[in-house]
Amino acid sequence: MSDAMVQDKPAEKAAKPITILEALNQALADAMAEDDTVVILGEDVADPEEGGVTGVTKGLSTRFGDKRVRSTPISEQAIVGCAIGASLAGYKPVAEIMLMNFTTVAMDMIVNHAAKLRYMSGGQTNVPIVIRTMTGAGFSTGGQHADFLEAWFAHTAGIKVVIPSNSADAYGLMRSAIDDPDPVLFVENMPNYWTPYPRFESGHRVPIGKANVVVEGSDITIVSYARMMNEAHLALAALGEAGVSAEIIDLRTIAPWDQETVLASVAKTGRLLVVHEAVVPFGVGAEIAAVVQEKLFGKLKAPVGRVGAPFNPVPFSKPLETAHIPSADKIAAAAIALVKGKH
Amino acid sequence: MMLTNTHKPDAATQVEMFRRMALLKANDERSRKVITTGRLIMPYYSYRGQEVIPAAMSVNLTDDDYLVTIYRGIHDMLAKGLPLKQLWAEIAGRIDGTCKGKGGPMHLTYPKKGIMVTTGVVGSSMPIANGLGWASQLSGDGRVAVATFGDGASNIGAFHESLNLASVWKLPVIFLCQNNRWGEHTEYSKSTPVARIADRAAAYGMAGIHVDGNDPIAMYGAAREAVERARAGEGPTLIEAMTFRHHGHVFGDADRYMDKAYKADWVAKDPYPAYRATLIADGLATEEQLAGFEADAEAQIDEAVAFALDSAFPGLDQLSTDVFGEAA
Repeated sequence: MSDAMVQDKPAEKAAKPITILEALNQALADAMAEDDTVVILGEDVADPEEGGVTGVTKGLSTRFGDKRVRSTPISEQAIVGCAIGASLAGYKPVAEIMLMNFTTVAMDMIVNHAAKLRYMSGGQTNVPIVIRTMTGAGFSTGGQHADFLEAWFAHTAGIKVVIPSNSADAYGLMRSAIDDPDPVLFVENMPNYWTPYPRFESGHRVPIGKANVVVEGSDITIVSYARMMNEAHLALAALGEAGVSAEIIDLRTIAPWDQETVLASVAKTGRLLVVHEAVVPFGVGAEIAAVVQEKLFGKLKAPVGRVGAPFNPVPFSKPLETAHIPSADKIAAAAIALVKGKH
Repeated sequence: MMLTNTHKPDAATQVEMFRRMALLKANDERSRKVITTGRLIMPYYSYRGQEVIPAAMSVNLTDDDYLVTIYRGIHDMLAKGLPLKQLWAEIAGRIDGTCKGKGGPMHLTYPKKGIMVTTGVVGSSMPIANGLGWASQLSGDGRVAVATFGDGASNIGAFHESLNLASVWKLPVIFLCQNNRWGEHTEYSKSTPVARIADRAAAYGMAGIHVDGNDPIAMYGAAREAVERARAGEGPTLIEAMTFRHHGHVFGDADRYMDKAYKADWVAKDPYPAYRATLIADGLATEEQLAGFEADAEAQIDEAVAFALDSAFPGLDQLSTDVFGEAA
């Protein structure tokens, strides 16, 4: 950094990292400033209620008014239904369902209605809503507050599912989700809300359905998303020591996932490891593995590997909770085994 | 629970309500008849006996007002202006249907007349109607959203969440419960511990109206009061309109769970011939005029059925379209 830049305060500010939480707040604010039809509803989202339990919507009701940013009763069906109805009338609601486990209370509205109204109406109506929800283990919240349920929604035709792993993607995916003409489930990872990541250009978009090759390598492709991207990066040291060159892809969108980018990478490396915090059986890794073996059968040098949580609810006790969450060590060990033929 | 005003429809409106009832009744009868011939394959939830409610509600609404209805809701939609040809093409699964044949009788949609959603899930009309009402409140365009549902839906969570939110936000929404006393095969008192569903409005600080849904004048007054309250920004209303369905839950259900004498008593109270006789006795319409409405309804339905059965099925290229739109 040059002396001139150090003295240039705006530039210094621009270079300062930004947390995912701040990026989301900025994305929502920018979207609301540009488009009067963007409205927010959910439990505690307005400023008198502190702008959400983690503060993602802090300041927005003060800036844009309490009509456009509205705290609701604790009524998940009513929240999602209200978002759907307002979207049918031309608004672009961003509904917050505080925790991903609470989407279960609103599944009828999400799966039977939001996802299907375009199709069932023969294209006469559409549901341009964003459902923001957070999750992730590590806060000793036990079995009903930390599940990754993205595979359930990805299994439903008519809804998109995005999960950012850093601030620039959080901002860019949120802007794209609000622009999108269909329902988008936007999954936020609670444990890394407060992690600083590099800044980004205001107004930028990350296209839905586009993965990102964040590290290039030649021996194995590691596909991951959300906070597991941090673990995948941490695994690089051990992989390097073992002489394994890993290519890391941030999936960013779960549905529709970027087959082109993943297949191109696996065609090059010949090996694939999918890593997610969700439990392994019937998960996103299973779908990716199925498509990769269909398209690249015969070119694979090893079976497709999967690292995820074991098939049990998220436990409370700290050592159990820690063991439940996939770690850099597990990722490195699995990747090395695939490359060294010890699978 | 009493009506706070006593709006009476003028003569022309009373006759118009009958005209709509005639269309609804004829359409239900024809639907059951055509299903029996095997030319129409669909799950059908007859509304015969419940025609007064949508007729009286709809004359108080404009095309811009919103309707969210349910699988037993074709009467609600026809009264609101759903075009017959597109209705019949849709229930026949044809490309000329409102939804290109992809929705069917339980998911009819026609936004041009404010018919925004038809749901096949009990209770799910209400949360979505709230959102339409919220949009009206945000834009100040004065539109009212009507959610219709049956008595059985007052026991599902969506009812309680929706009434609570609508009341606390003072949304311009009308919760129109068509209480036909049977939730699928179960009689009202076995599923619902309160004598009147309208009494539940009090739990949400909301106006509740219990009305004879087979009495066109009383039903008109209830609908009018609720619409006026919504348009004035004074919040939602729960209307419980008492009625009876003359046929089983779904076409083919012989309603053996229903006491025969009880059913006969209600069928004898069919509001259609009663209202027809009243209009003539009161000198508001002539026999020829009302018979003309009935003949006209039959003729329109003839045309719609022929149109639908001549329409093509959707091409297989339609199978996976309309899942997502194009990003702007």
